[in-house]
Amino acid sequence: MLLIRRHWPLFLALSLVFDVVILAALIPPQFDTHDELFEIPAGTWARRMAGEKIEILPSTIYLALGVREVLMLRNLDTVPQMFGPTLIMPNQSFKLPFDLASDYQFACTAHINGQMTVVVDPEPTLGWPRLQWRAKNLARLLTAKLQQ
Amino acid sequence: MKRILLIPLLLILVTGVSATETEVFKSGVFDPPRLAPDFTLQGSNNHEFKLTQARGKIVALGFGFTHCTNVCPVTLAKLAQARKKLGALANDVQVIYVTVDPAKDTPQRLREYLAVFDPTFIGVTGTDSQLAAVQKEYGITAAKALSKTGQPEVHHSSYIYLIDRAGLLRALVPFGKSPDDIAHDMKILLQKNIATSQAES
Repeated sequence: MLLIRRHWPLFLALSLVFDVVILAALIPPQFDTHDELFEIPAGTWARRMAGEKIEILPSTIYLALGVREVLMLRNLDTVPQMFGPTLIMPNQSFKLPFDLASDYQFACTAHINGQMTVVVDPEPTLGWPRLQWRAKNLARLLTAKLQQ
Repeated sequence: MKRILLIPLLLILVTGVSATETEVFKSGVFDPPRLAPDFTLQGSNNHEFKLTQARGKIVALGFGFTHCTNVCPVTLAKLAQARKKLGALANDVQVIYVTVDPAKDTPQRLREYLAVFDPTFIGVTGTDSQLAAVQKEYGITAAKALSKTGQPEVHHSSYIYLIDRAGLLRALVPFGKSPDDIAHDMKILLQKNIATSQAES
């Protein structure tokens, strides 16, 4: 007890961290939709043809089963875009649901290197899996910020 | 009295939920769907085959070759199983397999190979330029390569397109989908007649 009184700021901080961890493991992720939407803007092809190096979509897209397991690509450009083996026509959307956690490699003309990776995480169920998923997302966010 | 009042409410809920569930595809979906590019190729039945001949049926369109040892047999077996799961509805489903290896896949070879899976499957072949044009229209990649054992093979896209009764390219079935999932999506398309499909597009 004396120890707590003496080092109360430390114990308070530890208790706050503990609370955050518990909440992260318990609170269900909330999204309005299961679709993760990416749009290929109008003029992408023309800008590329003009020699501009532009990245429209992230090279890696993260999804999670039961939360955000549907990849939705919308082609707002004036030319067809290749996603995997399929063509998405101008003003057309392509919605691809995933039901297996894995890493998927796709050919994609919207990327400069022509490749796109979709990482599908397992369902962040209550407890440890949810905490792990949130921690992983935080790490991905921080890595992306550092790379910018 | 309360129970009687609850019955219609439950019925509405149950039918509402089931209607929503059946509408959700397990495969990739195009919105709006575009008209499936037409082609005329040599059919495995030794007759000229035009895609529009299948109008009014659901078409499962795949690309592959008969000497394929891993992807094609799995895909064709799953399509055959999916058709079996549909029962009598399977009469309205036509599987069409476009070869990516015309040098080896003659109409006879295609017929014999596909019959192993399901005798109703139709294989189509053509000249290199005819097939290249079809592949381009559908965004299919096919490249000649050597296997680990040094055998010539063709690396090709492994997806299946689902085309509805009105000839619209509706869905893309990724490799590995179960026969149950494929049958599920085919059922959604089978429920729509040509007029409904056209109105939706």
